[in-house]
Amino acid sequence: MMEPSAYLLLSGILFGIGVAGVVARKNVLIILMSVEIMLNAVNVAFIAVGSYLGDATGSVFAFMVMTVAAAEAAVGLAILIAVYRLKETIDITELSVLKW
Amino acid sequence: MEPILFAIFGAISVGGAIMVVTRRHPMTSALYLILTLFAVAALFALRQAHFLAVIQVIVYAGAVVVLFIFVIMLINVPESRLPMERLTGLRFLGVTAAGLLILESALVARRFVMAGTPATDSGSVEAVGRALFTDYLLAFELTSVLLLAAVIGAIVLAKRKI
Repeated sequence: MMEPSAYLLLSGILFGIGVAGVVARKNVLIILMSVEIMLNAVNVAFIAVGSYLGDATGSVFAFMVMTVAAAEAAVGLAILIAVYRLKETIDITELSVLKW
Repeated sequence: MEPILFAIFGAISVGGAIMVVTRRHPMTSALYLILTLFAVAALFALRQAHFLAVIQVIVYAGAVVVLFIFVIMLINVPESRLPMERLTGLRFLGVTAAGLLILESALVARRFVMAGTPATDSGSVEAVGRALFTDYLLAFELTSVLLLAAVIGAIVLAKRKI
């Protein structure tokens, strides 16, 4: 079995791409998808090290992350639908009501 | 053999992720997200974590992304009214910060040397199920409560009249 270093590098790259997506895009749907990419990157790291150490804990935690990601995607999309009904836009700069 | 397959599926997942983040129409991004999730599932299977690989395909690619596609079709913003994406100064700094994050993770990964005892069957359904229902039983039950809360929340938020 390979050492997990390459998998950790891949996890970091995917996470960085997800962060770039969240920061640089205006479309709320694409921001939510970038969050899913970040969560997948974390799962890659969990599975890589967990399988190398022969422990099922890595898989169990990845399972938990997946569950939380699914719940968060559902609620986030429900919020998006509710806001879209009110404001007719999915542009995150127009949905911002905080002062700064 | 494993390094070659890792390189192939890693490249597919990174390429898919970059395409997700850079497409204009969210439907195209959702389809590239499916590609990325399948490549990540292949990486899971490569590490002998077969249970998680199947769960990734069923739950992530098969339910979460389908939910995304439903919402994209429900909201149905026409092509002309999609947000205009301009690369302003602050956003460019954000992308640069993400790139620095990647470089940092590369440094960390290089120095990551582990003394492990591989070749145990820890990713099979039996092993994960055993751990999930004995050591991590509380977490498992709490996720069921979490999912219930998410279902109730999603229904209440998306209803027209409460």
